[in-house]
Amino acid sequence: METIPTEHGLILAGILFVLGLIGVLTRRNIVFVLMSLEIMLNASGLAFIVAAARWGHAEGQIMFLMILTLAAAEVAVGLGLIIQMYRKFQTVDISVLSEMKG
Amino acid sequence: MSLLFYLAAFVAVISTVAVILQSNIVHALIYLILSLLSVAVIFYVLGSPFAAVLEAIVYAGAIMVLFLFVIMMLNLGQHTRDQEKQWLSLKGWIFPCLLAGVLLFQLVSVLSSYDLNMAPETVGVLEVSALLFGPYVLAVELASILLLAGLISAYHLAKK
Repeated sequence: METIPTEHGLILAGILFVLGLIGVLTRRNIVFVLMSLEIMLNASGLAFIVAAARWGHAEGQIMFLMILTLAAAEVAVGLGLIIQMYRKFQTVDISVLSEMKG
Repeated sequence: MSLLFYLAAFVAVISTVAVILQSNIVHALIYLILSLLSVAVIFYVLGSPFAAVLEAIVYAGAIMVLFLFVIMMLNLGQHTRDQEKQWLSLKGWIFPCLLAGVLLFQLVSVLSSYDLNMAPETVGVLEVSALLFGPYVLAVELASILLLAGLISAYHLAKK
């Protein structure tokens, strides 16, 4: 069985992370911003799994489990905040949040 | 095996690009599920079957269903889709894409100086769970507290 170079896995993780970053920077719908954050978290998890595959250890998978837990908690809180924002402003446009002063 | 890796990587990148370019939010969510499933295939190829299964169950299953519920609750219709198309102007895309491209170029140039191959052996559930409930048991407890805090705050925030 031929092996895969480690840097190809890490470059894939980097490409996915950068795509998520572009999504966070460019989208104005807050649901899309949260989805792009998910893409970025998933890319960092992929980097941990690649490192685990490089060394043949289980620690990388444990770090992935931690990231998974973090992502689940973050999504729950973030979606709750989106629901509150939609109730208050009747929109999902993030630029209305600049009115939240004082 | 390596063909499977590159195929799944191709699908993951294409579907992620589709997520950030899509104006229909439900289509974007389905593309995101496709991307997560192909990343799960990559995990399996890299010898982490436990992480692959969890990626499919927790990410592509639970978290994405949560997204779907919220999108259904918000009831974003044709109006939002037109607004999205209007927001997706080329002017707003060029500068962030340029910055992100510079970052990616730096990352690739740093990474391509390494010359290491991945170990082909599989690390199964037994090794992971022996470590998880051995030296890392405190991390598991902290993760459970984090999830509990997330649950309570989500309940509090989504309450009327």
